[in-house]
Amino acid sequence: MRFVDEFRDAEKAQVLSGQIAALCEPGRHYSFMEVCGGHTHTIYKHGLEDYLPESVSLVHGPGCPVCVIPMGRLDDAIYISEQPDVIMTSFGDMMRVPGGKGSFFDSKAKGADIRMVYSPLDSLKIARANPDKKVVFMAIGFETTAPSTAMTVLRAAADGLENFSIFCNHVTIIPAIKAILDSPDMRLDGFLGPGHVSTVIGCKPYEFIARDHHKPLVCAGFEPLDILASIYQLMVQLRDGRCEVENQYTRVVPWDGNLKALQVINEVMELRPYFEWRGLGFISHSALKVREEYAKFDAEEIFKIPGIRVADPKACQCGEVLKGVIKPWECKVFGTACTPETPIGTCMVSPEGACAAYYNFGRFTRERVKEATRA
Amino acid sequence: MSGEQVTHPGDTDQRSADWAEEAVRDAASHEDPELAQYALGGQTLSLEEQVLARIDRQRRRKAKIKEERITLAHGAGGKATHTLIDALFLESFRNPVLEAMEDQATLTVGGARLAFTTDSFVVHPLFFPGGNIGDLAVNGTVNDLAVGGARPLYLSAGFILEEGFPVADLQQIADSMAVAAAVAGVQIVTGDTKVVERGQCDGVYINTAGIGVIERDITLGAGTVKPGDSVLVSGPIGDHGVTVMLARGELDIESDIESDTAPLAELIGVLLDATTGVRVMRDATRGGVATILNEVARASNVAIVVDEKAVPTREEVRGASEILGIDPLYVACEGRLVIVVDGAETAAALAALRSHPLGEGAAVIGAVKDDPPTLVLLKTEFGGTRIVDMLVGDPLPRIC
Repeated sequence: MRFVDEFRDAEKAQVLSGQIAALCEPGRHYSFMEVCGGHTHTIYKHGLEDYLPESVSLVHGPGCPVCVIPMGRLDDAIYISEQPDVIMTSFGDMMRVPGGKGSFFDSKAKGADIRMVYSPLDSLKIARANPDKKVVFMAIGFETTAPSTAMTVLRAAADGLENFSIFCNHVTIIPAIKAILDSPDMRLDGFLGPGHVSTVIGCKPYEFIARDHHKPLVCAGFEPLDILASIYQLMVQLRDGRCEVENQYTRVVPWDGNLKALQVINEVMELRPYFEWRGLGFISHSALKVREEYAKFDAEEIFKIPGIRVADPKACQCGEVLKGVIKPWECKVFGTACTPETPIGTCMVSPEGACAAYYNFGRFTRERVKEATRA
Repeated sequence: MSGEQVTHPGDTDQRSADWAEEAVRDAASHEDPELAQYALGGQTLSLEEQVLARIDRQRRRKAKIKEERITLAHGAGGKATHTLIDALFLESFRNPVLEAMEDQATLTVGGARLAFTTDSFVVHPLFFPGGNIGDLAVNGTVNDLAVGGARPLYLSAGFILEEGFPVADLQQIADSMAVAAAVAGVQIVTGDTKVVERGQCDGVYINTAGIGVIERDITLGAGTVKPGDSVLVSGPIGDHGVTVMLARGELDIESDIESDTAPLAELIGVLLDATTGVRVMRDATRGGVATILNEVARASNVAIVVDEKAVPTREEVRGASEILGIDPLYVACEGRLVIVVDGAETAAALAALRSHPLGEGAAVIGAVKDDPPTLVLLKTEFGGTRIVDMLVGDPLPRIC
């Protein structure tokens, strides 16, 4: 496969692995957070940690959009889907996320019309085909997916569609990173910046991380060699005593971001004063809502959602996992009460979630796996 | 965390998730308080190993259906399907024949060894490149018999038809079934027809049952696999699943790929003539190659190590899977065998498969080891390693 296989070359990985190992100072440990769930997925899918020396560890950050949706918010979405004549549409990986009283899948089994879509434009198609129904799009994601949601609202407005709305749960990445940096138990040496988000927001918004918090950040691509190369760049910065924002993913990420996409978001949405994040609590100015001008496309306005907060289960330590304070397996319910088939915390639901990724791909001690796979 | 003192909606009006608290209590009640003192080879387990041991115990616990209603995950062939079968059907129907839990039941009647199986087909869309629900319904049941080492003989066909379904389409489906039956050397000897009101089914559903005779003196089974054995597939994987996903037209991806639906009895005959080293065969349908390997690893208490580079996968399947964020190892095939053979017979088995047109793309994809038991491991093309677990629900497309 062109443009993919080149970035999965095992020989080049071996070379980078040697270069990373050579940069490790004896006795020093290095912890880097990959902010984005897509990175977590790549790391596990390809078994990338096999290329890292013992002293370099990766911490899985809060960048899985499914994992940060609080239970109460999902209960609101399910409430909407259970209203008369509603067709709820959602990305696939949202379907199994448990709320306070079950998931979209459970609600669908009880009779709600909930459909999986691959793009918000698919929801629009469903709305056009079902003029007597109210079609709602469960909008989730960071700045990566917000432009396509905003474009869809603009399209619906231009077409004069009366039966389409979005339930807006879009969140923004910078306040989440800031929350982690401000956390007293933070123990990180640097960040792999979220490549997909950065295609929209660019690299500039991360500059405060280097300037105020003295941590390096390298904006990273999603193929395994991208990640190894970014780790290498972080190690070089640490060796040189530098803290800068660098862009490894230059083939996709422009330094200044995508102005058009930002304008589209800004046209349709505005910052909420605060929003609840699963495990991280309320964070100021960390999410987007539909602007008043587009209120007739705002499911929050159309349906009177209950808006009841659901406390995270006491035993669930999603917050500590998201902040990188503990490894997934250190959570008290990991793999026993909380498994991919019966997830309690959202980190276990999406394959991008730190816990699900660890459970599915990384669960066994490296030594035993290496022994077994030795030819 | 924000550093601001604000009151949030719901701060005072807060519920807890009862089901989650219940799950935590339930898991805790199965904890082994002495786990921390377990020793492995004289060494006390590290904290991480204790967690892994705890997970292992949970995995071996008796399956329990937690959902109040059937969800689509119960039909996806992964963990939820297994739980449903183990906890509900197996519990209700328990008998020694069923307990073997193979793709077919093996029966001895009047001195003859018979294989008996049934399968229902609800594929959407009904027609797709390379086949339709009709040849799928014949091939699926023929293959479930053949992988048990049986020569398929007779099939039944039950039709559930939706009011308004075009007769011309039904004729085309029946014609395909007739052709598939002729190719496979079986006859459809009994059947049933029901019509339901519009909206009660999706055009047509077909159930087929089949009976075959086991003439060879062999015992195949997922539980007979040993360390040192080899794992083979009979051709490129995932063609059927990707074809159907693309044929649904929801993705706006176009490709020339076709379903691999085919009867495998003849290919299996060639293989069994060439070697007596076959331990188990399965056709990699729902849940794909990964699900079968997990079933074998658990049934035989072995580790299976798969080499991703060696797994034959068409570019179209790799590409579509890449775009959708799914793994070809979990994608269904309808005419591909997964075979475990005695390591010493690897070359003979591979040569036999490749001598037949349906097996010309056959490859050795992995080996059986002893540790870690019950796990399927993948050596990735990139050069790393990871676990390939049983699928949870349908492969859900990732959003970014």
